[in-house]
Amino acid sequence: MVKSVKAMRQICAGHDDRPDALLEILHEAQHAFGYLSKETLIQIADELNISRADIYGVVSFYDDFRREPHTGQTGPCMKICRAEACQAVGGEVLADYAKNTGIQYHDVYCLGNCALGPAVMIDDELYGRVDAQKLDAILKDHT
Amino acid sequence: MTNPLTIYVPCDAAALSVGADDVAIAIEQEARQRNLDIKIIRNGSRGMLWLEPLVEIETSKGRVAYGPITVKNVQSLFDANFLNGGDHKCALGLTEAIPYFANQERLTFARCGIIDPLDISDYEAHGGLAGLRTALAMTCEDIVDIVTKSGLRGRGGAGFPTGIKWKTALEAKANQKYICANADEGDSGTFADRMLMEGDPFSLLEGMTIAGLAVGATIGYIYIRSEYPRAVKTMKRAVEIWQDANLLGDRTFTIHIRMGAGAYICGEETSMLESLEGKRGQVKVKPPIPAMEGLFGKPTIINNVLSLASVPIILDKGAEFYQNYGQGRARGTQPFQLGGDIKRGGLIEKAFGVTLRELVEGFGGGTHSGKPVRTVQAGGPLGAYIPVSGFDVEMDYEKLAEAGAMLGHGGLVVFNENVNMAHQARFAMKFCEVESCGKCTPCRIGSVRGKETLDKIIAAEDVADNLVLLEDICELMTDGSLCAMGGLTPMPVRSAIKHFGEDFTPAKDGG
Repeated sequence: MVKSVKAMRQICAGHDDRPDALLEILHEAQHAFGYLSKETLIQIADELNISRADIYGVVSFYDDFRREPHTGQTGPCMKICRAEACQAVGGEVLADYAKNTGIQYHDVYCLGNCALGPAVMIDDELYGRVDAQKLDAILKDHT
Repeated sequence: MTNPLTIYVPCDAAALSVGADDVAIAIEQEARQRNLDIKIIRNGSRGMLWLEPLVEIETSKGRVAYGPITVKNVQSLFDANFLNGGDHKCALGLTEAIPYFANQERLTFARCGIIDPLDISDYEAHGGLAGLRTALAMTCEDIVDIVTKSGLRGRGGAGFPTGIKWKTALEAKANQKYICANADEGDSGTFADRMLMEGDPFSLLEGMTIAGLAVGATIGYIYIRSEYPRAVKTMKRAVEIWQDANLLGDRTFTIHIRMGAGAYICGEETSMLESLEGKRGQVKVKPPIPAMEGLFGKPTIINNVLSLASVPIILDKGAEFYQNYGQGRARGTQPFQLGGDIKRGGLIEKAFGVTLRELVEGFGGGTHSGKPVRTVQAGGPLGAYIPVSGFDVEMDYEKLAEAGAMLGHGGLVVFNENVNMAHQARFAMKFCEVESCGKCTPCRIGSVRGKETLDKIIAAEDVADNLVLLEDICELMTDGSLCAMGGLTPMPVRSAIKHFGEDFTPAKDGG
């Protein structure tokens, strides 16, 4: 606990406690702790001298931020592109496959790999031309 | 001892997505085993994405290409003596003679895929920094003037004349001004900003710096979407190298990178400014326009990555040089991005005026699946679906508007005959529902009602009445929304109904 308070203070100080750096600070905090706990958010509010309501407003607005840890998920964070270019080459079939086999994923609208869809991103790694078989192989590599 | 042979293996995210890293490692290992002296340069992508990973070898005749290369055929490449341009089933000949590449007019992407993205001397050797040096010797007014005369218009989608925006910011009096590069490239079917940031990051920094000199701004921000982690990483490193190079003498221009957090709406300029200030990315009412009152209330130029990256060549070669490309009121070149079900997908930079047919059928070669093309969605998720009968449209801002479509950021998504256009129309509404910032009612509620109405149409419930209602919702969203999100969502919906009405009416005998 004390350790995370210290780490959080360092993250804020790294941005000179500037309120305009809030998104950067939230990204770093989430990277460090896996999600943004209530305690973390309250501390950020104090460090940046902004209201808790402002922080909640920001965290709830952006899809990237999580206020809870991934429940029951131990694997990597996977995103499947659901946008038009991937739809045109079977992205929906891939998403259905993931859903039916119980693979957890988030919807994302465009990963910028539109000529090599369907596209998937696992943590920060991008994959192209992904079908069910390739998805299984990739996930195997990530566990 | 001879010089090591230079091999290029791209580090562009699209190339990596199909195994470029593994290919680079395999080449290195194979060369070591064979005691061959090689040097691997990780370049950006040439934009011929169906050929990725595209491996190139430097030869006396020029760079020779092989692709798509997988780890499995690395050994056979060496056996075929590819280091001397030997023949192989993946051999493509001289890269620059490949018709897809040779038939382009690369101005903004002149260096992308050619240089080492983070080698500033390589950048300079290929024409980089010349524009900045020209600008350093000019007055603010003259820089703005040359950009205005070039005819450059915003490449983000709105097509607003860049020079006029700059002039407004130049004339605004303030103790601080800002330059913001909009790299929140959220439109499905677009990847040009990403390719440029990963393949030629200095061109964006040079363009921003020139913009700073032109309007008297000393601080710049690049707002990059979080879905582009590699672009963020490359740009961060590029900024460090750029700042260390001290290119401005006694003048300063500091650039910061900010990462978005998964909100499509932050590509809208006022929303982006809010996000840069650490707030919810909600759209603001204009006026005041950002060029007069933008980031932190100060005059701010917000330009798309491609607009800014086009500035250095304009300063270097002159307004007339750039003017000479294009047609009508659309001057210069546009990087088109070909995606979806397409045989040869990738980036095609052409002067305005090329037809959609030349791009999709000529460059693209039809679908990847081999099925007939049914439609192309041009300009991202808010753009129109164009039927094959409309493919002769010349690609420029005005010609597309006449055809009821738009250029947007230049994305072209190809669909084959299996596409159901009622589902695509529903998706447009759903996308707006998911991504609306919630500020104005037509967008926030209209998208939900639009989706529900399309659900009824798809379920064949009172189709005629519901189509009237849907048109009503579309009209309201178009006229009443605060920004382009709600205002343009009806464009794909209406175009789908107009050109593919049969998908919206219940199937007749045998469907």
